[in-house]
Amino acid sequence: MPEIIYKGRSYAGQPEETVLDTLRRHDVNVPFSCCAGSCHSCMLHCLKGDVTEQSQKYLKPALRTLNYFLPCQCVPEQDLEVDLPDSEDVYAPARLVEKQQLSPTVWRLRLDTSVPIFYHAGQFLNLKNEAGWIRSYSLASLPTEDEPLEMHIKRMPDGQMSHWLVDEFAVGMHIEIEGPHGHCFYINDDPDRSILMVGTGTGLAPLMGIVRDAMHQGHTGEIHLYHGVRDQDELYLHDTLTELAQKHGNVHYHGCVSGDATGADVKAGRASEIALEEHPDLKGWQVFLCGSPEMVKKTRMKAYLAGATMNDISADAFTAPEH
Amino acid sequence: MSTLFEKLGGEAAVDAAVDIFYRKVLADDSINHFFETTDMAAQHAKQKAFLTMAFGGPNNYTGTDMRTAHAPLVAKGLNEDHFNAVAGHLQATLEELNVPADLIGEVMAIAGSTKDDVLGL
Repeated sequence: MPEIIYKGRSYAGQPEETVLDTLRRHDVNVPFSCCAGSCHSCMLHCLKGDVTEQSQKYLKPALRTLNYFLPCQCVPEQDLEVDLPDSEDVYAPARLVEKQQLSPTVWRLRLDTSVPIFYHAGQFLNLKNEAGWIRSYSLASLPTEDEPLEMHIKRMPDGQMSHWLVDEFAVGMHIEIEGPHGHCFYINDDPDRSILMVGTGTGLAPLMGIVRDAMHQGHTGEIHLYHGVRDQDELYLHDTLTELAQKHGNVHYHGCVSGDATGADVKAGRASEIALEEHPDLKGWQVFLCGSPEMVKKTRMKAYLAGATMNDISADAFTAPEH
Repeated sequence: MSTLFEKLGGEAAVDAAVDIFYRKVLADDSINHFFETTDMAAQHAKQKAFLTMAFGGPNNYTGTDMRTAHAPLVAKGLNEDHFNAVAGHLQATLEELNVPADLIGEVMAIAGSTKDDVLGL
């Protein structure tokens, strides 16, 4: 079996085991998150040996040439010596310019970079702090306007990075960013078509970017955006989205509360269920789904059965690493 | 002389058909439990491979593959009724897309030829 050499120590792999699994089985502390080749937070640098084609498939050509790979996608065929990425190859520094609490659990961060980042609204970046913790966060900002990168951070009870970002990361401090990644964004191929967006929790962040991008690019079809939360005070962009809907006649915002809903302008129930009830025929629609993996999986199926084609359903499931 | 696959419209026709076909299959409670739905994108790709084969297009299917791939489903009770239900959805899909009857006949013949392998007979 191939061996993985990391920081001078050798770890024996097992049959069909990925490089990431070998390291984790030996309790080696390396960053990872989705384990599906999407988030890129586990990316490593291969110093010796050949990594598999599959493990480099989604990397930028420059990183491929430098022998970077995704260990979660690599079942090695030979011994490999690997190391954490060199920061200057992969990461760019960003400075926190604004931090604002939007709800009891959600904060907005605005980051400035010295070098511009090219991205589509709705894609995500990986943030790495000084302790080496890496997490993915979606972009709520627009690349086309002169505005800083915007992310929405939800304080998760078990999320060590979210606590750090909320409690320790102060305006003026730097963090390292890598990306963008993800395929959930607006494509201006038919400005007249209807769009359905469902986001739960901070799944609203990418949708906020996408809906504004669609407006910016002159989308004329109807856009229905459903934001789902458990408690009403977590509808953290209620006023902003209500205003956006008032400004653009084709944008419709639906705040949905699955717990006790008291407001006259919110709907009681789960956002995904209300959205599908109100739009039972999605033939010809573009659909965006962002939030918990369970919601995304179930709603993707329902949207498809309601007539949306697979290619017209874009989803961004927020995965949390296993502990 | 163009092939059946070309006459049907090639890959674009498969793409149009697979969405309609798979939706019919998933909506049919007599068979949808055979279709693992944890990874819809992968499942969708499998339906595309199947339709490409039924359309006489380039594919990598062999009889042995069909047997091996369907063996777990046969163990779960996959029978001729289920096979016929899937075939019926394929036919209805092609009719919905206004495919000429003689070409539908050719597609159904290819699909029908896989029956023994699919059912492990």
